[in-house]
Amino acid sequence: MTRNIVRRGTVAVVLSVAVVAAAAGCGSSQKAADAQNNSGGAASATSAQDLGGLDALVAAAKAEGQLNVIALPRDWANYGEIIDTFSKKYGIKVNSDNPDGSSQDEINAVKSLKGQDRAPDVLDLGGAFALSGAKDGLFAPYKVLTWADIPDNQKDASGAWYHDYGGYISIGCDAKKIAVCPQTFAELKKPEYKGKVALNGDPTKAGAAFAGVFAAALASGGGFTNIQPGIDYFAALKKSGNFIPVESTPATIEKGETPISIDWDYLNAGYTKELSAKGIDWKVAVPSDGVYGNFYCQAISKTAPHPAAARLWQEFLFSDEGQNLWLKGAARPVRLPKMTTSGTADATLLAALPKVDTTDAQLPSPDQVDAAKKVLTDGWTKALTG
Amino acid sequence: MTTAVPTPRVRSLADRARRCGPWLAVAPFLIVMVIGLVLPVLALAAGAFEGDAIKSSFSSGYRTAFWGSVKLSVVCAVLGAVAGVLVARAVLSGGALLRRLVLTASGVLANFGGVPLAFMFIATIGNAGIVTSLLHDWTGFDLGDSPFSLYQFGGLAVVYLYFLVPLMVIVIAPALDGVRAEWSEAAQNLGATRAQYWRHVGGPLLAPPIAAGALLLFCGSLSAFATAQAMVGGTVPLVTLQIANALSGNVSPDNAGVGAALAIEMIILVAVVMAAYWTIERRTARWLR
Repeated sequence: MTRNIVRRGTVAVVLSVAVVAAAAGCGSSQKAADAQNNSGGAASATSAQDLGGLDALVAAAKAEGQLNVIALPRDWANYGEIIDTFSKKYGIKVNSDNPDGSSQDEINAVKSLKGQDRAPDVLDLGGAFALSGAKDGLFAPYKVLTWADIPDNQKDASGAWYHDYGGYISIGCDAKKIAVCPQTFAELKKPEYKGKVALNGDPTKAGAAFAGVFAAALASGGGFTNIQPGIDYFAALKKSGNFIPVESTPATIEKGETPISIDWDYLNAGYTKELSAKGIDWKVAVPSDGVYGNFYCQAISKTAPHPAAARLWQEFLFSDEGQNLWLKGAARPVRLPKMTTSGTADATLLAALPKVDTTDAQLPSPDQVDAAKKVLTDGWTKALTG
Repeated sequence: MTTAVPTPRVRSLADRARRCGPWLAVAPFLIVMVIGLVLPVLALAAGAFEGDAIKSSFSSGYRTAFWGSVKLSVVCAVLGAVAGVLVARAVLSGGALLRRLVLTASGVLANFGGVPLAFMFIATIGNAGIVTSLLHDWTGFDLGDSPFSLYQFGGLAVVYLYFLVPLMVIVIAPALDGVRAEWSEAAQNLGATRAQYWRHVGGPLLAPPIAAGALLLFCGSLSAFATAQAMVGGTVPLVTLQIANALSGNVSPDNAGVGAALAIEMIILVAVVMAAYWTIERRTARWLR
């Protein structure tokens, strides 16, 4: 009896120690630190030249052997093929974490996994998050070999972040279910589209849906400094019953619940490919009355466990090959204008892009986007409730 | 230690072990609680009191969301409790097979939720849902033109009830079982009518467990999130959606403080509700053994 009690106590102690150990030791920071040391100063390299050229960078990256990416859905802008091609080309294993995560999830992961070998190496962020992350010093500045091709207003001067690919807000439409596919925001108000129009999520949360509201604002007399007409537009569309608040996904499109979906053109174009196998004719049009484009940003985490692989990933993405892979996903890579002039952009892919009805689409400034977000966060739910 | 001869030293150790035994035994649980519950709540509180997060969490948009959540939860709790009690009573007075079937199914359905639940309803009674189109083909009735919409407050309540009613059935069945037939017979023998029995005996006995069940449903629908996210986005104001937007949105960075403040306010609300639940639960336990 006596022995029993003592034994049971011991078991409990052992158990609790194990629990603490398991909770505290979520990853080995020692390994991460080793990786950084072995990369021969890659962590502080701001260009391939710093490491002795691209070949040296490739060698260092191969020595690391791994790359951690985060929040890259395989069906988003052709990321699946991009990851596979990179992995095969350099023999580097790509660990893709939380593919459906948001920009905030990426920033959270950089902060909370700091020092661990499963922390993200590279980030693909919305503009606001790139700016605030750079301000907080989360990124390692790096300039790819093709740095000069990126327009000055699309990169941070020091190289903390840089636009990677972008697109325009488009109207996707199931041509078999909808007799006449809408081409403009004005047409979406027609009674024939009752209960058929959806956004890709909640605009106070999802970047693409936010952009959809901004585009609607441009179409309804608003501007980069005035998103309110866009909110009013969707409020009216909800009232007439045309707008349904379902988060549009390939599943809801296939089911026929969201036969018209406002989304980035590269995502809608991706759905076209994915859904054609299921007999759905998904048409994509960039509305001529609301041409709104924006870019995502690349950045390298300052605390990347695989600093050389992270830099090689950027070199790959901004090479002709990487840029054409994005183009294949119907995204518009940042070097596209230069590559179109020099003829290095894939002509077939270029021709397949949804047509945009303007030659000179402006980008909103970060301040304008911030101001618009405040208005949207305060006003969206109130305007759409009912 | 292998001999059974107790030396004084071993005895004192054993004594100590006996005194600490219960604490040691629950230590793993307590540690998990601290790591999984107490520390996060403290971290939340720290985040909430940073800057003016608390203040901005009371701005009109968030107040609307709080009110929307409470409204939806109250409606779901009341309807769910009433429906759950009726179903449970009907089932318990049925045969053993019916009883086993329904209780097992309830166990499964009560745990149904998230995006699959939302998609299930979208696919059945959404604008292009199977039931919607069958109704239209057979009767000419167009659900899309009726006042009911899956994508509004009422629709969300229906979807929530889909898992809340089974939950109520599970919770209330033992209590209904505990009401003995002898009591109603005794009342009858003393000349009570059926109405009098329910008013003076059955009702007071069952009120506490029913209220406790309703409070549980209230908490359940207050904290539900993924289903609403997939179905109505931000168009039905709910505080859980606002927290998600603040914590992991793609649109506004550096909003975590407000999310933490909202979460703390929810915890306080749930704590109040749970305290009420606990009080009622104690009264129930006295009667139904």
